[in-house]
Amino acid sequence: MSALLSVTDAHVAYGKVEAVRSVSLEVGANQIVTIVGANGAGKTTLLSAIMGILPLKGRVTFAGQDLARLDIEDRVAMGLGLVPEHRELFVTMNVEDNLELGAFRIERSKAKASMERVYTLFPRLKERRKQLAGTLSGGEQQMLAMGRALMGEPKLLMLDEPSLGLAPIIVADIFRIVTELRASGVSVLLVEQNAQAALKIADQAYVMELGEFVLSGKASDIAANERVAASYLGFQHEGDSAI
Amino acid sequence: MNTTIMLFLVQDGITNGAIYALLGLALVLVFAVTRVILIPQGEFVTYGALTYASLAAGQMPGTAKLALALGIGAFAFDLFVARKALHGRLILRSAVTNIVLPAIVLALTVYFAGQKPPVAVSIALSLVIVAMIGLYLYRVAFQPLAHTSVLVLLIASVGVHLALQGLGLLFFGAEGQRGPAVLSGAFTAGALRFTGQSLTVYGITIAFIVGLWLFFGLTLYGKALRATAVNRLGARLVGIRTTLSGQIAFLLASVIGALSGIMIVPITTLYYDSGFLIGLKGFVAAIIGGLVSYPLTAVAALVVGLVEAFSSFYASNYKEVIVFMLLIPVLLLRSLAAPAVEEEKD
Repeated sequence: MSALLSVTDAHVAYGKVEAVRSVSLEVGANQIVTIVGANGAGKTTLLSAIMGILPLKGRVTFAGQDLARLDIEDRVAMGLGLVPEHRELFVTMNVEDNLELGAFRIERSKAKASMERVYTLFPRLKERRKQLAGTLSGGEQQMLAMGRALMGEPKLLMLDEPSLGLAPIIVADIFRIVTELRASGVSVLLVEQNAQAALKIADQAYVMELGEFVLSGKASDIAANERVAASYLGFQHEGDSAI
Repeated sequence: MNTTIMLFLVQDGITNGAIYALLGLALVLVFAVTRVILIPQGEFVTYGALTYASLAAGQMPGTAKLALALGIGAFAFDLFVARKALHGRLILRSAVTNIVLPAIVLALTVYFAGQKPPVAVSIALSLVIVAMIGLYLYRVAFQPLAHTSVLVLLIASVGVHLALQGLGLLFFGAEGQRGPAVLSGAFTAGALRFTGQSLTVYGITIAFIVGLWLFFGLTLYGKALRATAVNRLGARLVGIRTTLSGQIAFLLASVIGALSGIMIVPITTLYYDSGFLIGLKGFVAAIIGGLVSYPLTAVAALVVGLVEAFSSFYASNYKEVIVFMLLIPVLLLRSLAAPAVEEEKD
Protein backbone atom coordinates (compact mmCIF):
# COMPACT_ATOMS: atom_id res chain seq x y z
CA MET A 1 0.00 0.00 0.00
CA SER A 2 1.40 3.39 -0.91
CA ALA A 3 1.61 5.95 1.83
CA LEU A 4 -0.82 8.87 2.08
CA LEU A 5 1.99 11.30 2.80
CA SER A 6 5.54 10.54 1.88
CA VAL A 7 8.50 12.83 2.48
CA THR A 8 11.83 11.91 0.96
CA ASP A 9 15.18 13.49 1.81
CA ALA A 10 13.73 16.79 2.95
CA HIS A 11 15.88 19.78 3.83
CA VAL A 12 14.47 23.02 5.24
CA ALA A 13 16.61 26.06 5.84
CA TYR A 14 16.18 29.51 7.36
CA GLY A 15 18.69 31.44 5.29
CA LYS A 16 21.96 29.54 5.74
CA VAL A 17 20.89 27.64 8.83
CA GLU A 18 19.53 24.20 7.99
CA ALA A 19 16.84 23.48 10.55
CA VAL A 20 15.83 20.16 9.00
CA ARG A 21 18.34 17.84 7.32
CA SER A 22 17.71 14.86 5.12
CA VAL A 23 14.47 13.77 6.72
CA SER A 24 12.25 11.06 5.26
CA LEU A 25 8.91 9.96 6.62
CA GLU A 26 5.69 8.21 5.68
CA VAL A 27 2.15 8.41 6.96
CA GLY A 28 -0.22 5.68 5.86
CA ALA A 29 -4.00 5.82 5.64
CA ASN A 30 -5.77 5.51 9.00
CA GLN A 31 -2.56 5.97 10.91
CA ILE A 32 -1.40 8.17 13.74
CA VAL A 33 2.26 9.00 13.28
CA THR A 34 4.09 11.06 15.83
CA ILE A 35 7.33 13.02 15.74
CA VAL A 36 8.77 13.47 19.21
CA GLY A 37 11.79 15.50 20.17
CA ALA A 38 13.00 18.38 22.26
CA ASN A 39 12.21 22.02 21.79
CA GLY A 40 14.10 23.35 18.77
CA ALA A 41 14.66 19.96 17.14
CA GLY A 42 12.96 21.18 13.95
CA LYS A 43 9.57 19.53 14.31
CA THR A 44 7.49 22.66 13.73
CA THR A 45 9.75 23.66 10.84
CA LEU A 46 9.17 20.30 9.18
CA LEU A 47 5.37 20.55 9.49
CA SER A 48 5.38 24.12 8.15
CA ALA A 49 7.43 23.01 5.16
CA ILE A 50 5.14 20.05 4.41
CA MET A 51 2.22 22.49 4.47
CA GLY A 52 4.03 24.83 2.06
CA ILE A 53 4.55 27.70 4.50
CA LEU A 54 8.34 27.30 4.28
CA PRO A 55 10.28 26.23 1.18
CA LEU A 56 11.40 22.62 1.24
CA LYS A 57 14.16 20.92 -0.70
CA GLY A 58 13.38 17.29 -1.36
CA ARG A 59 10.29 15.43 -2.43
CA VAL A 60 6.86 15.46 -0.81
CA THR A 61 3.94 13.51 -2.21
CA PHE A 62 0.42 13.49 -0.85
CA ALA A 63 -2.23 11.06 -2.07
CA GLY A 64 0.13 10.16 -4.91
CA GLN A 65 0.64 13.74 -6.10
CA ASP A 66 3.87 15.73 -5.95
CA LEU A 67 3.32 18.86 -3.88
CA ALA A 68 6.31 20.85 -5.19
CA ARG A 69 4.32 23.28 -7.35
CA LEU A 70 1.31 23.58 -5.08
CA ASP A 71 0.83 26.42 -2.62
CA ILE A 72 -0.78 26.26 0.81
CA GLU A 73 -4.30 26.79 -0.49
CA ASP A 74 -3.98 23.98 -3.07
CA ARG A 75 -2.71 21.60 -0.41
CA VAL A 76 -5.67 22.47 1.81
CA ALA A 77 -8.03 21.75 -1.09
CA MET A 78 -6.32 18.34 -1.57
CA GLY A 79 -7.11 17.33 1.99
CA LEU A 80 -3.98 18.27 3.89
CA GLY A 81 -4.69 20.18 7.09
CA LEU A 82 -2.44 21.84 9.64
CA VAL A 83 -3.29 22.99 13.13
CA PRO A 84 -0.30 25.22 13.87
CA GLU A 85 1.25 25.70 17.27
CA HIS A 86 -0.10 29.25 17.56
CA ARG A 87 -3.50 28.11 16.25
CA GLU A 88 -3.89 31.18 13.99
CA LEU A 89 -7.58 31.60 14.78
CA PHE A 90 -9.70 34.52 13.58
CA VAL A 91 -9.80 35.99 17.07
CA THR A 92 -12.26 38.82 16.40
CA MET A 93 -14.80 36.46 14.84
CA ASN A 94 -17.08 34.05 16.65
CA VAL A 95 -16.68 30.29 16.92
CA GLU A 96 -19.28 29.53 14.29
CA ASP A 97 -17.72 31.91 11.73
CA ASN A 98 -14.31 30.36 12.37
CA LEU A 99 -15.75 26.92 11.69
CA GLU A 100 -17.70 28.09 8.64
CA LEU A 101 -14.49 29.50 7.14
CA GLY A 102 -12.78 26.18 7.83
CA ALA A 103 -15.07 24.79 5.13
CA PHE A 104 -14.16 27.53 2.65
CA ARG A 105 -13.01 25.00 0.07
CA ILE A 106 -15.84 22.55 0.71
CA GLU A 107 -19.23 22.56 -0.98
CA ARG A 108 -21.68 24.63 1.03
CA SER A 109 -24.16 21.77 1.20
CA LYS A 110 -21.61 19.56 2.97
CA ALA A 111 -20.45 22.24 5.38
CA LYS A 112 -23.56 21.97 7.56
CA ALA A 113 -23.04 18.27 8.20
CA SER A 114 -19.34 18.92 8.84
CA MET A 115 -20.22 21.46 11.49
CA GLU A 116 -22.55 19.01 13.24
CA ARG A 117 -19.74 16.45 13.29
CA VAL A 118 -17.34 18.97 14.80
CA TYR A 119 -19.90 19.94 17.43
CA THR A 120 -20.33 16.26 18.29
CA LEU A 121 -16.57 15.89 18.73
CA PHE A 122 -16.30 19.14 20.70
CA PRO A 123 -19.61 19.80 22.50
CA ARG A 124 -17.95 22.72 24.28
CA LEU A 125 -17.65 24.59 20.98
CA LYS A 126 -21.39 24.30 20.42
CA GLU A 127 -22.05 25.94 23.79
CA ARG A 128 -19.72 28.77 22.86
CA ARG A 129 -20.65 29.11 19.22
CA LYS A 130 -21.57 32.81 19.40
CA GLN A 131 -18.52 33.72 21.49
CA LEU A 132 -15.50 35.46 19.93
CA ALA A 133 -12.60 33.09 19.36
CA GLY A 134 -10.19 35.42 21.14
CA THR A 135 -12.16 35.19 24.38
CA LEU A 136 -12.03 31.38 24.60
CA SER A 137 -9.78 29.57 27.07
CA GLY A 138 -6.57 27.96 25.79
CA GLY A 139 -8.14 24.50 25.65
CA GLU A 140 -11.21 25.77 23.82
CA GLN A 141 -9.03 27.61 21.35
CA GLN A 142 -7.14 24.39 20.64
CA MET A 143 -10.46 22.59 20.12
CA LEU A 144 -11.59 25.36 17.78
CA ALA A 145 -8.34 25.21 15.81
CA MET A 146 -8.77 21.44 15.40
CA GLY A 147 -12.44 21.83 14.61
CA ARG A 148 -11.74 24.48 12.00
CA ALA A 149 -9.17 22.24 10.32
CA LEU A 150 -11.61 19.31 10.37
CA MET A 151 -14.26 21.44 8.65
CA GLY A 152 -12.05 21.26 5.55
CA GLU A 153 -12.51 17.45 5.54
CA PRO A 154 -8.80 16.65 5.58
CA LYS A 155 -7.47 13.21 4.76
CA LEU A 156 -4.42 14.00 6.88
CA LEU A 157 -4.42 16.36 9.82
CA MET A 158 -1.08 17.65 11.09
CA LEU A 159 -1.18 18.75 14.71
CA ASP A 160 1.63 20.89 16.09
CA GLU A 161 1.93 20.64 19.87
CA PRO A 162 -1.78 20.38 20.56
CA SER A 163 -1.20 19.86 24.28
CA LEU A 164 1.11 22.82 24.83
CA GLY A 165 0.12 24.89 27.84
CA LEU A 166 -3.13 23.03 28.48
CA ALA A 167 -4.47 21.50 31.70
CA PRO A 168 -3.92 17.70 31.94
CA ILE A 169 -7.62 16.92 31.81
CA ILE A 170 -7.99 18.82 28.52
CA VAL A 171 -4.86 17.18 27.14
CA ALA A 172 -6.41 13.78 27.79
CA ASP A 173 -9.53 14.92 26.00
CA ILE A 174 -7.58 16.09 22.97
CA PHE A 175 -5.61 12.85 22.72
CA ARG A 176 -8.86 10.88 22.98
CA ILE A 177 -10.24 12.89 20.07
CA VAL A 178 -7.12 12.23 18.01
CA THR A 179 -7.74 8.49 18.32
CA GLU A 180 -11.38 9.04 17.39
CA LEU A 181 -10.22 10.83 14.25
CA ARG A 182 -8.23 7.79 13.21
CA ALA A 183 -11.31 5.65 13.72
CA SER A 184 -13.27 7.96 11.44
CA GLY A 185 -10.68 7.63 8.67
CA VAL A 186 -8.51 10.71 9.18
CA SER A 187 -4.77 10.14 9.42
CA VAL A 188 -2.87 12.24 11.93
CA LEU A 189 0.70 13.47 11.96
CA LEU A 190 1.28 14.55 15.53
CA VAL A 191 4.19 16.64 16.74
CA GLU A 192 4.52 16.59 20.50
CA GLN A 193 6.84 17.38 23.34
CA ASN A 194 4.64 15.28 25.56
CA ALA A 195 6.23 12.14 24.15
CA GLN A 196 4.69 9.75 26.63
CA ALA A 197 1.13 10.62 25.70
CA ALA A 198 1.92 10.81 21.99
CA LEU A 199 3.65 7.42 21.84
CA LYS A 200 0.75 5.81 23.67
CA ILE A 201 -1.76 6.60 20.92
CA ALA A 202 0.52 6.55 17.85
CA ASP A 203 1.09 3.68 15.42
CA GLN A 204 4.46 4.86 14.09
CA ALA A 205 6.95 7.24 15.64
CA TYR A 206 10.01 9.23 14.66
CA VAL A 207 12.46 10.76 17.12
CA MET A 208 13.95 14.07 16.00
CA GLU A 209 17.14 15.62 17.29
CA LEU A 210 18.85 18.74 15.93
CA GLY A 211 17.03 18.60 12.62
CA GLU A 212 17.45 14.91 11.93
CA PHE A 213 15.52 11.72 12.62
CA VAL A 214 17.65 9.61 14.89
CA LEU A 215 15.21 6.81 15.44
CA SER A 216 12.02 5.53 13.87
CA GLY A 217 9.76 2.54 14.14
CA LYS A 218 6.58 1.28 15.74
CA ALA A 219 5.47 3.64 18.48
CA SER A 220 5.42 0.85 21.06
CA ASP A 221 9.02 -0.11 20.24
CA ILE A 222 10.13 3.51 20.45
CA ALA A 223 8.40 3.89 23.79
CA ALA A 224 10.30 0.85 25.03
CA ASN A 225 13.64 2.16 23.75
CA GLU A 226 15.97 2.97 26.62
CA ARG A 227 17.52 6.04 25.10
CA VAL A 228 14.13 7.51 24.26
CA ALA A 229 12.91 6.69 27.74
CA ALA A 230 15.90 8.49 29.19
CA SER A 231 15.63 11.56 26.98
CA TYR A 232 11.94 12.12 26.52
CA LEU A 233 9.86 10.06 28.85
CA GLY A 234 11.08 11.63 32.05
CA PHE A 235 13.37 8.89 33.38
CA GLN A 236 16.44 10.85 34.39
CA HIS A 237 19.88 9.47 33.64
CA GLU A 238 22.83 11.50 34.83
CA GLY A 239 25.13 12.71 32.10
CA ASP A 240 22.82 12.00 29.19
CA SER A 241 23.71 14.54 26.55
CA ALA A 242 21.38 13.53 23.79
CA ILE A 243 19.54 16.82 24.09
CA MET B 1 -23.82 83.55 12.48
CA ASN B 2 -27.51 82.80 12.46
CA THR B 3 -29.21 79.44 12.63
CA THR B 4 -29.90 79.31 8.92
CA ILE B 5 -26.24 79.61 8.03
CA MET B 6 -25.33 77.09 10.66
CA LEU B 7 -27.87 74.61 9.30
CA PHE B 8 -26.53 75.16 5.81
CA LEU B 9 -23.01 74.47 6.95
CA VAL B 10 -24.10 71.36 8.82
CA GLN B 11 -25.93 70.12 5.74
CA ASP B 12 -22.92 70.81 3.56
CA GLY B 13 -20.62 69.15 6.08
CA ILE B 14 -22.72 66.02 6.26
CA THR B 15 -22.92 65.72 2.47
CA ASN B 16 -19.14 65.93 2.19
CA GLY B 17 -18.65 63.81 5.29
CA ALA B 18 -20.76 61.04 3.78
CA ILE B 19 -18.40 60.88 0.79
CA TYR B 20 -15.34 60.92 3.04
CA ALA B 21 -16.91 58.13 5.07
CA LEU B 22 -17.23 55.92 2.01
CA LEU B 23 -13.65 56.64 0.95
CA GLY B 24 -12.34 56.14 4.49
CA LEU B 25 -14.10 52.78 4.75
CA ALA B 26 -12.56 51.68 1.46
CA LEU B 27 -9.11 52.69 2.70
CA VAL B 28 -9.53 50.77 5.94
CA LEU B 29 -10.78 47.73 4.02
CA VAL B 30 -7.90 47.72 1.55
CA PHE B 31 -5.29 48.27 4.25
CA ALA B 32 -6.68 45.57 6.54
CA VAL B 33 -6.77 43.00 3.77
CA THR B 34 -3.69 43.83 1.69
CA ARG B 35 -1.62 46.23 3.89
CA VAL B 36 -1.66 48.71 0.98
CA ILE B 37 -2.30 52.34 1.91
CA LEU B 38 -4.38 53.18 -1.10
CA ILE B 39 -3.22 56.64 -2.18
CA PRO B 40 -4.78 56.16 -5.67
CA GLN B 41 -8.22 56.02 -4.04
CA GLY B 42 -8.58 59.67 -5.05
CA GLU B 43 -7.89 58.78 -8.69
CA PHE B 44 -10.72 56.26 -8.60
CA VAL B 45 -12.90 59.21 -7.56
CA THR B 46 -11.80 61.46 -10.43
CA TYR B 47 -11.83 58.62 -12.96
CA GLY B 48 -15.37 57.70 -11.96
CA ALA B 49 -16.52 61.32 -11.99
CA LEU B 50 -14.86 62.39 -15.21
CA THR B 51 -15.71 59.19 -17.08
CA TYR B 52 -19.33 59.80 -16.13
CA ALA B 53 -19.15 63.49 -17.09
CA SER B 54 -17.44 62.70 -20.42
CA LEU B 55 -20.02 60.07 -21.33
CA ALA B 56 -22.85 62.40 -20.40
CA ALA B 57 -21.29 65.08 -22.61
CA GLY B 58 -21.06 62.62 -25.48
CA GLN B 59 -17.29 62.25 -25.37
CA MET B 60 -15.26 59.08 -25.39
CA PRO B 61 -13.44 58.63 -22.04
CA GLY B 62 -9.85 57.36 -22.28
CA THR B 63 -10.33 55.30 -19.14
CA ALA B 64 -12.06 52.55 -21.11
CA LYS B 65 -8.89 52.11 -23.16
CA LEU B 66 -6.78 52.19 -20.02
CA ALA B 67 -8.88 49.35 -18.58
CA LEU B 68 -8.17 47.24 -21.66
CA ALA B 69 -4.45 48.08 -21.57
CA LEU B 70 -4.18 47.17 -17.88
CA GLY B 71 -6.19 44.02 -18.55
CA ILE B 72 -3.68 42.95 -21.20
CA GLY B 73 -0.94 43.62 -18.65
CA ALA B 74 -2.74 41.53 -16.05
CA PHE B 75 -3.14 38.71 -18.59
CA ALA B 76 0.61 38.81 -19.33
CA PHE B 77 1.36 38.65 -15.58
CA ASP B 78 -0.97 35.67 -15.18
CA LEU B 79 0.75 33.82 -18.01
CA PHE B 80 4.23 34.66 -16.71
CA VAL B 81 3.49 33.44 -13.19
CA ALA B 82 1.95 30.20 -14.45
CA ARG B 83 4.54 29.71 -17.22
CA LYS B 84 5.73 26.36 -15.88
CA ALA B 85 2.28 24.88 -15.54
CA LEU B 86 0.24 26.47 -18.29
CA HIS B 87 -2.97 24.77 -19.26
CA GLY B 88 -5.81 25.73 -21.54
CA ARG B 89 -8.43 26.41 -18.89
CA LEU B 90 -6.18 28.81 -17.01
CA ILE B 91 -5.32 30.74 -20.17
CA LEU B 92 -8.95 30.88 -21.24
CA ARG B 93 -10.15 32.08 -17.82
CA SER B 94 -7.48 34.74 -17.61
CA ALA B 95 -8.15 35.90 -21.16
CA VAL B 96 -11.89 36.20 -20.53
CA THR B 97 -11.59 38.21 -17.30
CA ASN B 98 -8.62 40.33 -18.39
CA ILE B 99 -9.10 40.91 -22.11
CA VAL B 100 -12.54 39.90 -23.38
CA LEU B 101 -14.40 41.69 -20.58
CA PRO B 102 -12.67 45.09 -20.93
CA ALA B 103 -12.85 44.76 -24.74
CA ILE B 104 -16.63 44.35 -24.57
CA VAL B 105 -16.89 47.32 -22.19
CA LEU B 106 -14.70 49.39 -24.52
CA ALA B 107 -16.95 48.51 -27.44
CA LEU B 108 -20.04 49.48 -25.44
CA THR B 109 -18.38 52.73 -24.40
CA VAL B 110 -17.52 53.63 -28.00
CA TYR B 111 -21.09 52.80 -29.02
CA PHE B 112 -22.75 54.84 -26.29
CA ALA B 113 -20.32 57.76 -26.20
CA GLY B 114 -21.47 58.98 -29.61
CA GLN B 115 -25.11 59.26 -28.63
CA LYS B 116 -25.32 60.86 -25.17
CA PRO B 117 -26.57 57.84 -23.26
CA PRO B 118 -29.15 58.03 -20.45
CA VAL B 119 -27.77 58.78 -16.97
CA ALA B 120 -28.16 55.21 -15.77
CA VAL B 121 -26.08 53.82 -18.65
CA SER B 122 -23.35 56.40 -18.07
CA ILE B 123 -23.22 55.52 -14.38
CA ALA B 124 -23.11 51.80 -15.03
CA LEU B 125 -20.36 52.10 -17.64
CA SER B 126 -18.28 54.43 -15.46
CA LEU B 127 -18.55 52.07 -12.50
CA VAL B 128 -17.60 49.02 -14.54
CA ILE B 129 -14.66 50.78 -16.19
CA VAL B 130 -13.18 52.02 -12.90
CA ALA B 131 -13.87 48.68 -11.19
CA MET B 132 -11.85 46.92 -13.87
CA ILE B 133 -9.04 49.45 -13.56
CA GLY B 134 -8.93 48.78 -9.81
CA LEU B 135 -8.94 45.04 -10.28
CA TYR B 136 -6.18 44.97 -12.92
CA LEU B 137 -4.11 47.51 -11.02
CA TYR B 138 -4.05 45.13 -8.08
CA ARG B 139 -2.91 42.34 -10.37
CA VAL B 140 -0.20 44.39 -12.07
CA ALA B 141 1.11 46.66 -9.32
CA PHE B 142 0.33 45.12 -5.94
CA GLN B 143 -0.14 41.36 -6.19
CA PRO B 144 3.51 40.77 -7.21
CA LEU B 145 4.55 42.75 -4.12
CA ALA B 146 2.08 41.13 -1.73
CA HIS B 147 4.82 39.56 0.39
CA THR B 148 6.84 42.77 0.85
CA SER B 149 6.75 45.32 3.64
CA VAL B 150 4.14 48.03 4.18
CA LEU B 151 6.75 50.61 3.13
CA VAL B 152 7.38 48.98 -0.26
CA LEU B 153 3.64 48.74 -0.84
CA LEU B 154 3.28 52.41 0.09
CA ILE B 155 5.94 53.41 -2.42
CA ALA B 156 4.19 51.37 -5.11
CA SER B 157 0.97 53.06 -4.10
CA VAL B 158 2.47 56.53 -4.51
CA GLY B 159 3.81 55.46 -7.92
CA VAL B 160 0.41 54.24 -9.04
CA HIS B 161 -1.15 57.48 -7.82
CA LEU B 162 1.29 59.61 -9.83
CA ALA B 163 0.85 57.48 -12.94
CA LEU B 164 -2.93 57.57 -12.76
CA GLN B 165 -2.93 61.32 -12.17
CA GLY B 166 -0.74 61.86 -15.22
CA LEU B 167 -2.97 59.63 -17.31
CA GLY B 168 -5.95 61.56 -15.96
CA LEU B 169 -4.51 64.76 -17.40
CA LEU B 170 -4.02 62.99 -20.72
CA PHE B 171 -7.56 61.57 -20.79
CA PHE B 172 -9.57 64.48 -19.50
CA GLY B 173 -7.43 67.56 -20.08
CA ALA B 174 -6.67 70.32 -17.63
CA GLU B 175 -10.18 71.80 -17.59
CA GLY B 176 -12.65 70.84 -14.96
CA GLN B 177 -15.91 69.09 -15.76
CA ARG B 178 -19.33 68.78 -14.23
CA GLY B 179 -21.81 66.01 -14.74
CA PRO B 180 -25.60 65.94 -14.80
CA ALA B 181 -27.39 65.36 -11.51
CA VAL B 182 -28.36 61.79 -10.81
CA LEU B 183 -31.63 62.98 -9.33
CA SER B 184 -32.84 66.45 -10.27
CA GLY B 185 -35.35 68.55 -8.39
CA ALA B 186 -35.34 69.83 -4.84
CA PHE B 187 -37.62 70.55 -1.94
CA THR B 188 -37.44 72.83 1.04
CA ALA B 189 -38.02 71.97 4.67
CA GLY B 190 -38.07 75.11 6.80
CA ALA B 191 -34.98 77.10 5.99
CA LEU B 192 -33.21 74.14 4.39
CA ARG B 193 -33.29 73.24 0.77
CA PHE B 194 -32.58 69.64 -0.09
CA THR B 195 -31.51 68.98 -3.62
CA GLY B 196 -32.13 65.66 -5.24
CA GLN B 197 -28.40 65.24 -5.54
CA SER B 198 -27.65 65.63 -1.82
CA LEU B 199 -30.43 63.18 -1.03
CA THR B 200 -28.83 60.77 -3.51
CA VAL B 201 -25.55 61.16 -1.63
CA TYR B 202 -27.19 60.33 1.71
CA GLY B 203 -29.17 57.46 0.28
CA ILE B 204 -26.30 55.82 -1.56
CA THR B 205 -23.90 56.25 1.36
CA ILE B 206 -26.31 54.65 3.81
CA ALA B 207 -27.18 51.89 1.36
CA PHE B 208 -23.52 51.15 0.76
CA ILE B 209 -22.63 51.08 4.44
CA VAL B 210 -25.55 48.75 5.18
CA GLY B 211 -24.57 46.66 2.16
CA LEU B 212 -20.97 46.37 3.32
CA TRP B 213 -22.15 45.50 6.81
CA LEU B 214 -24.33 42.69 5.45
CA PHE B 215 -21.57 41.52 3.12
CA PHE B 216 -19.00 41.26 5.92
CA GLY B 217 -21.43 39.88 8.47
CA LEU B 218 -23.40 37.34 6.48
CA THR B 219 -21.66 36.15 3.32
CA LEU B 220 -18.87 33.59 3.13
CA TYR B 221 -16.71 35.84 0.95
CA GLY B 222 -17.24 38.78 3.27
CA LYS B 223 -16.18 36.66 6.21
CA ALA B 224 -13.20 35.38 4.24
CA LEU B 225 -12.13 38.98 3.66
CA ARG B 226 -12.38 39.72 7.38
CA ALA B 227 -10.49 36.52 8.14
CA THR B 228 -7.65 37.58 5.85
CA ALA B 229 -7.52 40.92 7.64
CA VAL B 230 -7.45 39.28 11.08
CA ASN B 231 -5.00 36.48 10.37
CA ARG B 232 -3.37 36.05 6.99
CA LEU B 233 -1.76 32.68 7.75
CA GLY B 234 -4.93 31.37 9.36
CA ALA B 235 -6.86 32.36 6.25
CA ARG B 236 -4.41 30.58 3.97
CA LEU B 237 -4.62 27.47 6.15
CA VAL B 238 -8.35 27.20 5.48
CA GLY B 239 -7.72 27.69 1.77
CA ILE B 240 -8.59 31.37 1.32
CA ARG B 241 -6.26 32.81 -1.29
CA THR B 242 -4.69 36.11 -0.28
CA THR B 243 -4.91 37.20 -3.91
CA LEU B 244 -8.66 36.56 -4.00
CA SER B 245 -9.16 38.70 -0.90
CA GLY B 246 -6.96 41.40 -2.40
CA GLN B 247 -8.96 41.39 -5.62
CA ILE B 248 -12.27 41.73 -3.79
CA ALA B 249 -10.86 44.54 -1.63
CA PHE B 250 -9.59 46.49 -4.65
CA LEU B 251 -12.80 45.88 -6.54
CA LEU B 252 -14.85 47.29 -3.66
CA ALA B 253 -12.47 50.23 -3.20
CA SER B 254 -12.54 51.22 -6.85
CA VAL B 255 -16.34 50.92 -7.05
CA ILE B 256 -16.69 53.01 -3.88
CA GLY B 257 -14.27 55.60 -5.28
CA ALA B 258 -16.02 55.82 -8.65
CA LEU B 259 -19.43 56.00 -7.02
CA SER B 260 -18.27 58.83 -4.76
CA GLY B 261 -16.95 60.68 -7.79
CA ILE B 262 -20.22 60.25 -9.67
CA MET B 263 -22.08 61.63 -6.66
CA ILE B 264 -19.80 64.66 -6.28
CA VAL B 265 -19.38 65.72 -9.90
CA PRO B 266 -22.88 67.19 -10.27
CA ILE B 267 -22.22 69.33 -7.13
CA THR B 268 -18.62 70.46 -7.65
CA THR B 269 -16.44 70.93 -10.68
CA LEU B 270 -13.76 68.23 -10.64
CA TYR B 271 -10.35 68.41 -12.27
CA TYR B 272 -8.05 65.54 -13.16
CA ASP B 273 -6.14 66.09 -9.90
CA SER B 274 -9.03 66.90 -7.55
CA GLY B 275 -9.29 63.33 -6.35
CA PHE B 276 -6.10 63.38 -4.37
CA LEU B 277 -7.33 65.99 -1.89
CA ILE B 278 -10.71 64.30 -1.57
CA GLY B 279 -9.06 60.93 -0.98
CA LEU B 280 -6.74 62.50 1.54
CA LYS B 281 -9.71 63.63 3.62
CA GLY B 282 -11.04 60.09 3.61
CA PHE B 283 -7.56 59.12 4.69
CA VAL B 284 -7.68 61.53 7.62
CA ALA B 285 -10.87 59.79 8.75
CA ALA B 286 -9.30 56.37 8.27
CA ILE B 287 -6.26 57.39 10.33
CA ILE B 288 -8.51 58.65 13.12
CA GLY B 289 -10.10 55.20 12.98
CA GLY B 290 -6.61 53.75 13.34
CA LEU B 291 -6.90 52.08 9.89
CA VAL B 292 -8.83 49.29 11.61
CA SER B 293 -12.14 50.60 12.94
CA TYR B 294 -14.99 50.98 10.44
CA PRO B 295 -17.48 52.75 12.78
CA LEU B 296 -14.83 55.13 14.10
CA THR B 297 -13.80 55.94 10.52
CA ALA B 298 -17.38 56.72 9.51
CA VAL B 299 -17.90 59.02 12.50
CA ALA B 300 -14.52 60.69 11.98
CA ALA B 301 -15.43 61.28 8.32
CA LEU B 302 -18.55 63.18 9.34
CA VAL B 303 -16.44 65.27 11.74
CA VAL B 304 -13.96 65.98 8.93
CA GLY B 305 -16.85 67.07 6.70
CA LEU B 306 -18.29 69.36 9.37
CA VAL B 307 -14.94 70.90 10.29
CA GLU B 308 -14.30 71.54 6.62
CA ALA B 309 -17.68 73.19 6.13
CA PHE B 310 -17.32 75.48 9.14
CA SER B 311 -13.71 76.38 8.47
CA SER B 312 -14.51 77.26 4.87
CA PHE B 313 -17.06 79.71 6.24
CA TYR B 314 -14.82 81.27 8.89
CA ALA B 315 -11.40 81.01 7.28
CA SER B 316 -11.77 79.67 3.79
CA ASN B 317 -8.09 80.20 2.97
CA TYR B 318 -7.11 77.85 5.73
CA LYS B 319 -9.78 75.20 5.40
CA GLU B 320 -7.46 72.45 4.17
CA VAL B 321 -4.88 73.29 6.82
CA ILE B 322 -7.51 73.13 9.53
CA VAL B 323 -8.83 69.78 8.31
CA PHE B 324 -5.41 68.18 8.15
CA MET B 325 -4.45 69.65 11.53
CA LEU B 326 -7.13 67.37 12.97
CA LEU B 327 -4.58 64.62 12.48
CA ILE B 328 -1.96 66.04 14.81
CA PRO B 329 -3.76 65.64 18.13
CA VAL B 330 -5.09 62.25 17.01
CA LEU B 331 -1.63 60.96 16.09
CA LEU B 332 -0.20 62.36 19.33
CA LEU B 333 -2.86 60.65 21.41
CA ARG B 334 -2.47 57.39 19.50
CA SER B 335 1.29 57.36 19.83
CA LEU B 336 1.00 57.98 23.55
CA ALA B 337 -1.70 55.35 24.00
CA ALA B 338 0.00 52.59 22.05
CA PRO B 339 3.72 51.82 22.21
CA ALA B 340 5.53 51.36 18.91
CA VAL B 341 4.82 47.97 17.40
CA GLU B 342 7.19 46.17 15.12
CA GLU B 343 5.83 45.61 11.67
CA GLU B 344 4.22 42.25 11.19
CA LYS B 345 6.37 39.97 9.07
CA ASP B 346 4.78 37.43 6.86
